Amino acid sequence: MTTGMRLFSELVVLLGTSTKTNDKLGALTNFFTDAADKDKVWVIALFSGRKPKRTVNSTQLAQWSLEMTHIPSWLFEESYHTVGDLAETIALLLPDTEDPGQTKPAQGDSSLTHYLSRLMELGKAEDLVKKDFILDCWSHMNKDERFVFNKLITGGFRIGVSQKMIVNALARTTSTPASIIAHRISGNWDPSTISFDSLLSEAGAGSDISRPYPFYLAYALEDEPSTLGNPGDWQAEWKWDGIRGELIKRDNQLFVWSRGEELMTERLPEYQAFHQNLPDGVVLDGEIIGLTHRPDLPEKFRPLPFAVLQTRIGRKNVTKKQLTEAPVGFIAYDLLEYEGEDWRERPLKERRAQLEQIVNKIDHPLMHLSPVIPFSAWEALTAARETSRELGSEGVMLKKKDSTYQVGRKRGDWWKWKIDPLVIDAVMVYAQKGHGRRSNLYTDYTFAVKDGDKLLTFTKAYSGLTDKELAEVDAFVKKNSLEKFGPVRTVRPELVFEIAFEGIAASSRHKSGVALRFPRIARWRKDKKPDEINTLEDLKKILELHGK
Amino acid sequence: MLIEFTDRGLYCPQGGFYIDPWAPVEKAVITHAHSDHARPGNGSYLCHRLTLPLLRLRLGDNSYQSVEWNEPVLINGVRVSLHPAGHIIGSSQIRMEYQGEVWVVSGDYKTENDGISGAFEPIPCHTFITESTFGLPIYNWKPQNIIFTDIQNWVRNNQAEGKTSVLIAYSLGKAQRILPALAAVTDNIFLHGAVWNVHQTLIEAGVDLPAVQKVHLDAPKDTFKNSVVIAPSSAEQSPWIRRFQPYEVGVCSGWMQVRGNVRRRNADAGYALSDHADWPGLLSAVRATGAEKVFVTHGFQAALSRYLNELGIQAAEVKTEYGEDEEGAPATDSSNEPEKVSET
Repeated sequence: MTTGMRLFSELVVLLGTSTKTNDKLGALTNFFTDAADKDKVWVIALFSGRKPKRTVNSTQLAQWSLEMTHIPSWLFEESYHTVGDLAETIALLLPDTEDPGQTKPAQGDSSLTHYLSRLMELGKAEDLVKKDFILDCWSHMNKDERFVFNKLITGGFRIGVSQKMIVNALARTTSTPASIIAHRISGNWDPSTISFDSLLSEAGAGSDISRPYPFYLAYALEDEPSTLGNPGDWQAEWKWDGIRGELIKRDNQLFVWSRGEELMTERLPEYQAFHQNLPDGVVLDGEIIGLTHRPDLPEKFRPLPFAVLQTRIGRKNVTKKQLTEAPVGFIAYDLLEYEGEDWRERPLKERRAQLEQIVNKIDHPLMHLSPVIPFSAWEALTAARETSRELGSEGVMLKKKDSTYQVGRKRGDWWKWKIDPLVIDAVMVYAQKGHGRRSNLYTDYTFAVKDGDKLLTFTKAYSGLTDKELAEVDAFVKKNSLEKFGPVRTVRPELVFEIAFEGIAASSRHKSGVALRFPRIARWRKDKKPDEINTLEDLKKILELHGK
Repeated sequence: MLIEFTDRGLYCPQGGFYIDPWAPVEKAVITHAHSDHARPGNGSYLCHRLTLPLLRLRLGDNSYQSVEWNEPVLINGVRVSLHPAGHIIGSSQIRMEYQGEVWVVSGDYKTENDGISGAFEPIPCHTFITESTFGLPIYNWKPQNIIFTDIQNWVRNNQAEGKTSVLIAYSLGKAQRILPALAAVTDNIFLHGAVWNVHQTLIEAGVDLPAVQKVHLDAPKDTFKNSVVIAPSSAEQSPWIRRFQPYEVGVCSGWMQVRGNVRRRNADAGYALSDHADWPGLLSAVRATGAEKVFVTHGFQAALSRYLNELGIQAAEVKTEYGEDEEGAPATDSSNEPEKVSET
């Protein structure tokens, strides 16, 4: 029977190619049934974003693979831009082992855990030792194993498996409800020390006091709000553009988790000020967001552009200057745990009432309640939503007053109702090949507006076109390239697109003087000629109106 | 120069003919019957015996002349002969000889013998014009028998689960190539109308192919249970395919070598089975000709010609309008099948 690294590589291949959720779920369930316990723990870790510390860098990997393949480095580059993934490029370029279909399994331990612990040990090793290990591994692996092995080194297993799917597969194999699994595998645990049983057992769950709850996420409301029924059954709040997070106080310690399951406590020293007045055994759901205290406003605060938060989230050590220039606050949405008890099954109404008391007691300029928008008819809410941008919000959240706090993205009880994006017409001037699903296709574009008789680039945008349109643009790029700069092609400025974005801020880092939030292609304006696009003046006007 | 690169295609001035022209000309020599190489509107067509019925199927009645491989004809003093290119049935390289100088145009080719298209024949020449559809070292095909085994295992798995196996393959070329491997695991092979038309044409031309049936629109649903269906890529996104429920889709194309393409195609399985030469195949073909000068056309021409120059073989890129067929265009392969899909 296949085991270890090979079993894992087969799982990755299956997950990467299967198009049906049920097939993926089946593949994961089989893996969780067949694999060794230690390997299962690692798979849960890898697929939930807990990657081991990197010990070999990309340059080294590329260099060593060149030595094995005997091709010039420019050809390696060319191949990489076509494949769009370093780990895969190397796997495709390495010479076949003698028997390409079935190489001999590794001598000795070939478990996933073995390779990962060897890789982690390499941190302190000299480059020659690293190289020997990597080359030895490559030489006895088949193509799929090499790909997976390289991925372990370069990190990032984005293969179309959601955390939800991992949870469901584990729920199926262990006959435990999914919500309990989701909670147990979240939070702070170390895959190299924890066992499969203790990770999934109740005792294991109790031992980590920082453990967050899985977030409840909303789908976008596509119909009119009147389809939701009686307005009196719904609570409306503003939708804020920060990072969703949980604030936890247990055993007299404070923890902050982001939705990406990152522990952010140290990066947000200002949150320590909440500690004293926050009761123990409490978990708050809310938005981590840059803001200024504004007692004169009904909301009592005004959010700062996302770009301000961005200057903070990457940093572990925060200076005094940054704390003043880019203060980060917390807008509280919900109460998940109170007095050490799980409150998620209680109705929103009850959770909200208790939340208000807690937040009011903290009484701090950086801690705010998410304001509730008063409305008695859907028309009134529709009108209020139109003012979102003035408040620095992205739109409206609708939550059923009797809703429980569920796990993951669910339809029915919670909806997000965002405002229409800002738009501008622009012409495509550069194109670059995409990655992953879009490899070997020109899918990453840079756009320009008119600046007098010149064109001025102001944003990149990726998604938003159908596969068919992408193919059309790709063919255009191939036929209308003016110049090559490495992987980038300068193209004849002919194709006009409507670019949509959520926000705009002044930026000294961009030639155009603006930075857009969430730019994407709204549609291809085949009806417009390049001289009909918007101008830099238009862009500056939008900045004046909407740049917070 | 025995070949000039013009805006109508590859032109032989001494002979006064074009090879695979993309705009109408008086005299055309055709390498193979794919639509980007054999276009309508030419005064006369010269091609291989097995290409002729395919041209007639796709282009209707024209002035055709056919030859066997290695059967030279003189055109205005230029000695022209066709040689196996191994790409699809009838596909040929074109050799031209004039006053002791020899040029060869490869058309599309593959160096592995697929058992159905004729084995690629390296032809010594002074100048070689080669395609480069898969001209990067990441394209390194597994031997055909190994891919066939993978496909057969996939079909067996589908059969065990009571599912129909729908294989997406180019109607002319790959569809015929995979038939023997499929006939080894099932007696129930069904063809989409477009594949069926090519199949019938080849049978009538005397090509020996396994027994198959046509997908009839009014066939009861359980006709297709556990069977294998071969269809062109245009069928993949169409309602036509739903009649095979429950089914799995497998795509046979060289582009399936890269994971991103498999995911983009949304196929259940991707097989990197190509009718074009892979990187080692291109290099060995170029070397075997002993050519002093190489022109590289459609595909990764920049990379291949640079690499050849670094090997000391004088090479240059040439822009052509080939490569719009299924394999030549990775981006459009799900939406741009260049042939009509007849559904009768």
